[in-house]
Amino acid sequence: MGTRDDAPPTYEEAARARSIRNAWALSAPALFVLLIAASGPLLIVLVYSFLTPGKYGNVEWAFSLDGWRGILFTKDIFDDTLQLADAHLTIFWRSVKLSLLTTLFTFLVGFPTAWFIATRPPKARAVWLFLITIPFWTNLLIRTFAINEVIRNEGLFNTVMIALGIFETPLRIINTDAAVLMGMTYVYLPLMVLPLFAAIDRFDMKLLEAGYDLYASRWQVLRRIILPIVKPGIVAGSILVFVPSLGAYVTPRVLGGGKNMMIGNFIELQFGQGRNWPLGAALSMTLLIIVMAALLIYVRAASKGGHGHG
Amino acid sequence: MAEANFQPTRIPGFATIAILAFVCLYLPIFTLVAYAFNAGTSIAVWEGFSLHWFGKAWANEAVKDATLRSLTIATVAAIIATSVATLAALGTTRRAGFRGQTAIYVMINQPLMVPEIVTAVALLIFFGMVKTWTGYQGLGYLILAHSAFCIPFAYLPIRARLEGMDLSLETAANDLYASDWQTFRHVTLPLLAPGILAGAMLAFVISLDDVVITEFVKSGGQDTLPTYMLGQMRRAITPEVNAISTGLLGLTVILLTAFFLLTRKKD
Repeated sequence: MGTRDDAPPTYEEAARARSIRNAWALSAPALFVLLIAASGPLLIVLVYSFLTPGKYGNVEWAFSLDGWRGILFTKDIFDDTLQLADAHLTIFWRSVKLSLLTTLFTFLVGFPTAWFIATRPPKARAVWLFLITIPFWTNLLIRTFAINEVIRNEGLFNTVMIALGIFETPLRIINTDAAVLMGMTYVYLPLMVLPLFAAIDRFDMKLLEAGYDLYASRWQVLRRIILPIVKPGIVAGSILVFVPSLGAYVTPRVLGGGKNMMIGNFIELQFGQGRNWPLGAALSMTLLIIVMAALLIYVRAASKGGHGHG
Repeated sequence: MAEANFQPTRIPGFATIAILAFVCLYLPIFTLVAYAFNAGTSIAVWEGFSLHWFGKAWANEAVKDATLRSLTIATVAAIIATSVATLAALGTTRRAGFRGQTAIYVMINQPLMVPEIVTAVALLIFFGMVKTWTGYQGLGYLILAHSAFCIPFAYLPIRARLEGMDLSLETAANDLYASDWQTFRHVTLPLLAPGILAGAMLAFVISLDDVVITEFVKSGGQDTLPTYMLGQMRRAITPEVNAISTGLLGLTVILLTAFFLLTRKKD
């Protein structure tokens, strides 16, 4: 390299340099919009997490670790000792538990659904696929509201059950963890089905015949042939469901009532009535770190599986 | 089981679960839509067909206002997002890989990765600062926020379309002494148009649907249709909300059908 530095660039080198310049110039407007209205402000959240809460919301510009400490601990009002914040732990545990269960349930329902779609004849398959895509793109709020219509105390489910004489009084589902779980499973199901479908669609069905020819049972074929091969799809679907579940805001707010908060609602609380912006900022950063870690695991798993564009 | 009918791709129970899943997926939506046409005030008891609630929603000044605002924001944000996404797609496809390319991808797809509530909080803080500095309270903040998170949705179909186009036609145009601009205007752009339109429609739908970021960024009196509905859900729900949802749902289905027809691969 060193000796060639003074030599005039060859035609190829010049063309290459121009190509890279063009690439950046063309991308610049998009990057600028994203920098001011998406990525850049995240840095401000990081800064805010190290400041002192203001009396009427917002912050005072004085360094403090209380925001981060407040995630797990509360200060005793009498003797300033730190104690584990049980209320916060309950919210974290609920968020993680409901997100994991949502991922599990969407998989248990989503895998057979994706398999069903992928094994239809081509024309019917396009229709089924379209049917799963419509809810995927439908407003999350509308879908949450729709499931609310069904499980409310005076909703479809209870009305039918009481009319049939199965229940005497309505079954209380709304404003419980179960309602949030049902709602999240409902709204995030398409996110699980679509990547699973993509993986199953690439699956060579001849392998099944090979398995059965070698006297494998149905269960063995499922466990030893199908699941290992579609694993990248399972990982992708799980991440796609787990990540938005963990950060869910609308579904727990509408279906969980005020008490069954998840991290998303807890963050909002700090910027509203809680008036503890640094704690809210620290919680946001924590959520972001967990989500990034999950995505990193996904990227690792996807590249190991040899499917670069999973 | 008769061996002749043995289908290796069939797994017992899967079809049943799948059909049940589709029923569960659509039943609540159909219920929601059905009660929008209910004559009575209840969303549980059916009292006959009527368009009453659509009329009532439309006569409601707040709903009309929110609808207009939603459409304005979605239109402007979709135009901005699609324009910058088209340029970015042209910049990042069909050329040799270069250092920094991954950084550009990550940056463009960032809104898909960061939880919405985190972006919402970040924009609440940042735009709050800007509001204090400049005194400007208008729709610009919502438009800017929407433009940003719509970029990846506009970018992906455009990029997919570009990757399917080879450079031979552009090279031919250049060989025939077309200027770079002429080549772009008369060769690249017409070929790319379906991708751009598809991207714009996705961006429009995504903007129209947003709740969380809008809820945090909006100033007083800047409700969009979804934030208005979220506010209504705290009170007693009337079929008016069903009517609004049905309208929004109808618009989404129309746009998505158009999107599928546009991006359908011709076999």
